[in-house]
Amino acid sequence: MSNILTTLLLFPVAAGLLGAFVSKENIRAYGISATAIEFLISVFAFLQYNPNTPQFQFVEKIPLIPDFGINYFVGIDGFSIYLLLLSTFMTFIVMVALEELRNIKNMIITLLFMEVTMVGFFIALDAIMFYIFFELSLVPMLYIIGAWGAQKRIYAAIKFFLYTFTGSVIMLLGVIYLGNAFHAATGVWSFSILDWHMLVIPFNIQAWLFLAFFIGFAVKVPMFPFHTWLPYAHGQAPTVGSVLLAAVLLKMGTYGFLRFNLPITPDASIYFIMPVAAIAIIMVIYTAMIAFAQEDIKQVIAYSSISHMGVIVLGTFAMNVEGIAGSIFLMISHGIVSGALFMLVGVIYERMHTKNMSEFGGIATSMPKYATIFGIVLMGSVGLPLTIGFVGEFLSLVGFFRVSPWVTALAGTTIILGAVYMLNIFRRSFFGATNEKTAKLRDLMPRELAGLIPLVVLVIVLGVYPKPILLPAEKSAGMLLELMYKKSIMPESKEKLMKFNTINGGKQ
Amino acid sequence: MMPITVDFAALNLPSLAPVFITLIGALFLLVVDLIKPIGKVANIMLTMAITAFALFTVLGMGIGQKGYFGLFLVDGVSVLSQAIILLASTMFIPLGLTSKRFHEFEMPEFYSLFLFVVAGFQVMVSTTNMALIFVGLETASLALYTLIAMHNRDRSMEGAIKYFTMGSLAAGFLAFGTALFYLVGGSLDISVGLANIEKSGVANYGILLVSLAFMLAAFAFKLSIVPFHTWTPDVYEGASAPLAGYMSIVPKMAGLVVMIRLFETLVQMDVVWVRDMLIIAAVATMTIGNILALVQESVKRMLAFSSISHSGFVLVAILVGTTESNSALFLYWTIFAFANLGAFSMLWISRHKNKIFHSRFDHPYTKFSGMVYLSPVGAICMAIFMLSLAGVPPFGLFWGKFFLISSVVAEGYVVLALIMLLNSAIAVYYYVKLIVYMFLRDPSQNDRTLYYNNITPVFKFIIGVAALFSVFAMANVDWLLKFIYGYLQLSGF
Repeated sequence: MSNILTTLLLFPVAAGLLGAFVSKENIRAYGISATAIEFLISVFAFLQYNPNTPQFQFVEKIPLIPDFGINYFVGIDGFSIYLLLLSTFMTFIVMVALEELRNIKNMIITLLFMEVTMVGFFIALDAIMFYIFFELSLVPMLYIIGAWGAQKRIYAAIKFFLYTFTGSVIMLLGVIYLGNAFHAATGVWSFSILDWHMLVIPFNIQAWLFLAFFIGFAVKVPMFPFHTWLPYAHGQAPTVGSVLLAAVLLKMGTYGFLRFNLPITPDASIYFIMPVAAIAIIMVIYTAMIAFAQEDIKQVIAYSSISHMGVIVLGTFAMNVEGIAGSIFLMISHGIVSGALFMLVGVIYERMHTKNMSEFGGIATSMPKYATIFGIVLMGSVGLPLTIGFVGEFLSLVGFFRVSPWVTALAGTTIILGAVYMLNIFRRSFFGATNEKTAKLRDLMPRELAGLIPLVVLVIVLGVYPKPILLPAEKSAGMLLELMYKKSIMPESKEKLMKFNTINGGKQ
Repeated sequence: MMPITVDFAALNLPSLAPVFITLIGALFLLVVDLIKPIGKVANIMLTMAITAFALFTVLGMGIGQKGYFGLFLVDGVSVLSQAIILLASTMFIPLGLTSKRFHEFEMPEFYSLFLFVVAGFQVMVSTTNMALIFVGLETASLALYTLIAMHNRDRSMEGAIKYFTMGSLAAGFLAFGTALFYLVGGSLDISVGLANIEKSGVANYGILLVSLAFMLAAFAFKLSIVPFHTWTPDVYEGASAPLAGYMSIVPKMAGLVVMIRLFETLVQMDVVWVRDMLIIAAVATMTIGNILALVQESVKRMLAFSSISHSGFVLVAILVGTTESNSALFLYWTIFAFANLGAFSMLWISRHKNKIFHSRFDHPYTKFSGMVYLSPVGAICMAIFMLSLAGVPPFGLFWGKFFLISSVVAEGYVVLALIMLLNSAIAVYYYVKLIVYMFLRDPSQNDRTLYYNNITPVFKFIIGVAALFSVFAMANVDWLLKFIYGYLQLSGF
């Protein structure tokens, strides 16, 4: 099946359109089935994926605007395969665990379209297609936050939309510039990212192209100082929105670094390692401190997301196989862990109608299953060895150690600070005396368990045996670094690349 | 004295065919209604038939011919702009088929006047002679003032009079600018005059500057370029919604064509201050239009200010002046025509004479709150038009912006491209604001008939076509660009 990616892209479109004809009573079952089928298709693609080669697989190319080299061009490699699986998996999970909402039909159709944009984004190999899905993913999220969110939802939704849109128009300038540069250099139009990877660009142009793309993606990640939209969006969004936002949408930014910044502007990427690392360190430490100061449990997790995204950025800019593969792993693990955490917060919010920790206490006695699951996921978030969180953080930090031990030491505080604020949540919410509200809480219902257990299993299984994710990611990272090495025009960039990579020879 | 023989063939009447069709059609309708009033539906159908016939004639014409002793010109720009004008006219006139009665569409004069508007703009775009441009512009404008006033409300009168006074001033400017142009260039014909000016090495620099400043001001009025934009929101508000939509497309198309003919050549002649003047005008127009649109409470006024901003956008194509930028301009305007007519049609079918939401505006934002719960299909169509106008990919106008900005970057104006992109980021706010009202707020009333007050099957068709075109613009961009590029390249623009 060579057109499996197109099937993956079009199936939710069809399911979303046909969903309009399904009655309100059956829409939930319909949504779960549709996303389950979509997930199975992606598993099927995964089973056929050959992890031993870094090349793009299942490639399809159909011209859309041939005169301008704009194509429907899709394919997946070691970076995108797991992000693709993560998208379909998390959509399925949120659909299963979806709480009772008003206008549930609109929500389910919106989720299906949301899935289209996520899948489309991770399989796109054409810059225009990539940009289209990057922007289009804002629209369903705007609706999810704005229609089902809390009190200040409209403000949060618009803030989310405007921030990301403004960032991405700057990125669009980079896209248009590169298209024109490619045309000027070769005489043909092409917006294929793979063609652009071959383009050698002078340093001063690289520098501002890097910045254009960097700003676009940094807003999405979100990197300090563009991060202020995220706590708002999380604070106001319904559980579904928060889960998808944290688990998948934020990864679009860091994935963008790997697709655009590193391979297209290698010299500038190496040149800007330290400034980027400084921002990442601020993200790690500063937002972890803010997280500790929060009373609202959802805000804690929102800020902890930013903190972890800092480590991902650091791993990406380590410019070696360990760091990049580690950051890919961390994207997946953060997706699973933060998704699970937001779902858990949703569970308690549904019961108590508050997210304020001071009103919790002693939940472990009334909800033992809930407390157990929360505990395991929390360990994953903190980065306890043998959980999913450990591998990615460790590899990202090991990778960056080759670049700068001092920065790595600072970033390593993420594990300590993470433990501080997460264990603080656990202590304040689950232990201590129960109050009259928490004593009567019902433990997890089957619907919620069905959503959470797969995530918990993954937290442990992938923590013990991370190789399935690391292998393809390492292959692709090796190829990316090789490309950067070949393409870099400045000797000091080549020198640094050599220095950052522990394993010389084969990979270099 | 030698007798001068005039060969009838030199008139080349076939080149005038599209204009003749609309003109004769207008007179024909006038006569028919004089003998026996035929009613609204028949008038609309006849008008549509006439504009559609003219459209097909235009598309079938070979380009590069001249008629009427060279006064009349059928080149790529003229064919393309006539096609857009006639297409927009054909889509506009059936919007009169409302289920409720509106005064102006009952009057037979409306249709004749409308066809005079079309004919006037057709003349304006298919000549390089300033006198003929003036005649075409004034024919069209005088008829247009009347069309606005025929909506027969206080605000319509106010709008018509405002437009008339401003328009007269612009006409004066144009006449004066033309006179000075004749003084410098020695000919009323743009290309001959400019060639003479180039030959003389721009000797009468001062006079040329004054002449161009006056002409730019005159066209800036028609295109609502800042600072000559002040009439736009009031006139759009006074006009009926479809007419406002029509005015945001057709007169501007005609104005843009004349600007292409006049200013692009000057930019290519390296008259630097012309280019600088256009850059300032374009940046000011898109930015100020956008910022004013942000604070509007009425959707119609928002669309008026946003159309100012769109004018600023396409003005950039003129100062860049390459074939790529010109084809981007026509692509932009074609897609804009669909999205804008769709949006104004949505306003038009929700127009209600009795249910007043706001003491001042017909279409305040609040009127649309919670629309998705009452009429989901309508809300989704409106949202598509808004996303298209905002330039959110892959909807319609994204492609217009994309190719326009690409042509700007190709000529090295990177900062200008950045300003344009940031402006589309500002613009997205006010378009999304309507989506927020429609999708995120609770309904303020529970009457779904409100949004479809004037609807007839015709509207479903027109809005459906416009929405489909906006969604699947990507599929049309390729052949549209090829088509436009082919026409432009053949006539050297």
